[in-house]
Amino acid sequence: MSETLIAVERLDKTFGARWALRDVTFNVAQGEIVALVGPNGAGKTTLLRIIGTLARPNAGQIRIGKIPLAEHPNSARAAIGFVGHQTFMYDDLTAWENLNFYARLYDLPNISQRIRQVAARVGIENRLNDVTRTLSRGLQQRLTIARMLLHEPAVLLLDEPYTGLDQVAADLLDQIMADAKPEGRAVLFSTHDLERGLAICDRAIVLKAGRVVHDLSRGAWRNLAGFMEIYARVLEERK
Amino acid sequence: MRNSDRRLDALGLATLVFVIAGLYMAFLYAQTEVNMGLVYRIFFFHLGAVAAGFFAIIVVAVAGIAYLRTNARAWDRIAESSAEIGIVFCTIALLTGMIWARPIWGVWWTWDPRLTSFLILWLIYIAYLMLRASARDDARVARFSAVFGIVGALNVPIVIMSARVWRGISPVLFQETQQGFTFGLTPEMTQTLVVCITACLLLFFYLLALRTRLEAVRDELVALRRARSAR
Amino acid sequence: MKFLRQVLAIVQKDLAAELRTKENLSAMVVFALLVLVIFNFAFELQGVDITVLGSGVLWVAFTFSGILGLGRSFAAEKDKGSLEGVLLSPVDRGAVFLGKATSNFLFITVMEAVTLPLFALLNNVGMPWFPLIPYILLGTLGFAAMGTLLSAVAASTKMREVMLPILLFPVSIPLLMAAVKLTGGALQARAFADVSNWFNILIVYDVIFLVVAFWVFEYVVEE
Repeated sequence: MSETLIAVERLDKTFGARWALRDVTFNVAQGEIVALVGPNGAGKTTLLRIIGTLARPNAGQIRIGKIPLAEHPNSARAAIGFVGHQTFMYDDLTAWENLNFYARLYDLPNISQRIRQVAARVGIENRLNDVTRTLSRGLQQRLTIARMLLHEPAVLLLDEPYTGLDQVAADLLDQIMADAKPEGRAVLFSTHDLERGLAICDRAIVLKAGRVVHDLSRGAWRNLAGFMEIYARVLEERK
Repeated sequence: MRNSDRRLDALGLATLVFVIAGLYMAFLYAQTEVNMGLVYRIFFFHLGAVAAGFFAIIVVAVAGIAYLRTNARAWDRIAESSAEIGIVFCTIALLTGMIWARPIWGVWWTWDPRLTSFLILWLIYIAYLMLRASARDDARVARFSAVFGIVGALNVPIVIMSARVWRGISPVLFQETQQGFTFGLTPEMTQTLVVCITACLLLFFYLLALRTRLEAVRDELVALRRARSAR
Repeated sequence: MKFLRQVLAIVQKDLAAELRTKENLSAMVVFALLVLVIFNFAFELQGVDITVLGSGVLWVAFTFSGILGLGRSFAAEKDKGSLEGVLLSPVDRGAVFLGKATSNFLFITVMEAVTLPLFALLNNVGMPWFPLIPYILLGTLGFAAMGTLLSAVAASTKMREVMLPILLFPVSIPLLMAAVKLTGGALQARAFADVSNWFNILIVYDVIFLVVAFWVFEYVVEE
């Protein structure tokens, strides 16, 4: 039995009069790839931001491996790789300088070697000396993915990672997520692109209005059409 | 009727008694001051407002610290209410100070250290309320204003201190006032002053309680709406 | 040690970005220069002794131009969400504060280092560099510390650019008052005993601003 790397327990989050998340509970195990799906405003981004320590829940517990997030945020952060809506990069620095900066924040050893490794993995090793501002959007996305992998995190969190990716970069991302399996990481990502997302994940968690309405493992749907049927039914309910 | 309502009414009653007593004493009981004449009587309320104005910013800061520690919305309500009431007292203090300054010093405004430091306090209140109005979401408003409240109140003791240093460098008219009041108070004047300051502080607390309760009711309403939307 | 390495990483990152574009620094210097010119123009007509009013002029130039730099400090962090990138890293929020405060202090100091000689040149006054420079550095220290904290606050509000001066100026008036009095004392070559009270206030402010800003910074940047 593989180890649980993300444990989310009874998470609540409110924004003023609105529930963003309500009683959310699930686990992601080592080597597992889990997709978060659901309509706009279902709470996918909020959930990922809370697990990534960028926002705090009103109630509930999260553990990354054995580390309780609330008590030891910095230990948890060292184990999390995060890709969000923005690139997190400084426009006026070169790609290398950006990665070097983050590597120093993570206090990594052998920084230049590490940077070369991740850069090669996302295919930007020839553009490392370019100022980030001058890189195309696709290359900036790759840089963001490189940043995520920099510190060899056990947990990967990706919020709508396919948005704005070209075909090549999206395939690259699929490859990196698939590699996470043998590398023993846990992956949790949100997506609107059901076709791509479902093709790669082991499980799909359906969020609606802040609640987990379905937690389906791969066997529960045979193909995309099968999933869409379930998904459509969920969206229909209690409308 | 809830228990808290009864306590609130008692506080309101006490405030009313002290305000009436203060008015009576300030206008009829205390003798007319020899040098300044009748106009000095405004000083009783001026000092009351000053006390409440300073007190309010301290409440803002203490509630801010408590909010950062506990994350409890109640503390934020107290801080916000206290700031709103504080700016009213602060404004009253400035206006009464000016009204007093006109016949005594012959000008509406001088850059006297006390007046200036009070103007700074007033500006801090304004900045605090502008910050509250312009932050993006509830949790951030509370956090930001708690931080700014603490920073703003830090200035209070040092503002007072710097006013003293300032006076040491350039002696100002203030010395006269000190002779007139600190050293020249008759027992009746002292009693009146105590009653007036108490009245202003009670009024501050009464308003604070009312204003905080209004916020609490508003929050309850939000919670009800949330409960309905979750169903 | 790790803490200091992270602080240093943030400072070097800010310096590297600034050295590449020099946008911020050049804007600050030009702005400070404009303030000097405008004041000069006003005083020329009146024939005022510059050693008396000079300290006020200098500090108006320093703080107004400093506000420009401070405002950019966190606006730049928000551009591509890089502040979030920093917050995602296992860094104490105190280290982020010290890093940002240090680079802000350095930028303002560079601007002052250009402005001060120009002020001497334009007004034809001799500069008592010794007490003057420590006074200015101490004044800048507290201003940069509080400015860093409030810049982080202002950057998350709806009215970014307007909010920073509104928040920062009233809070730092006593600090600036002390800095102005000390600078004035230096320009007029007064004995230290005359201004030692102000010196104490300045030190107290520096310490309090640094400690409090360091302490509350995490509440400002975290969501």
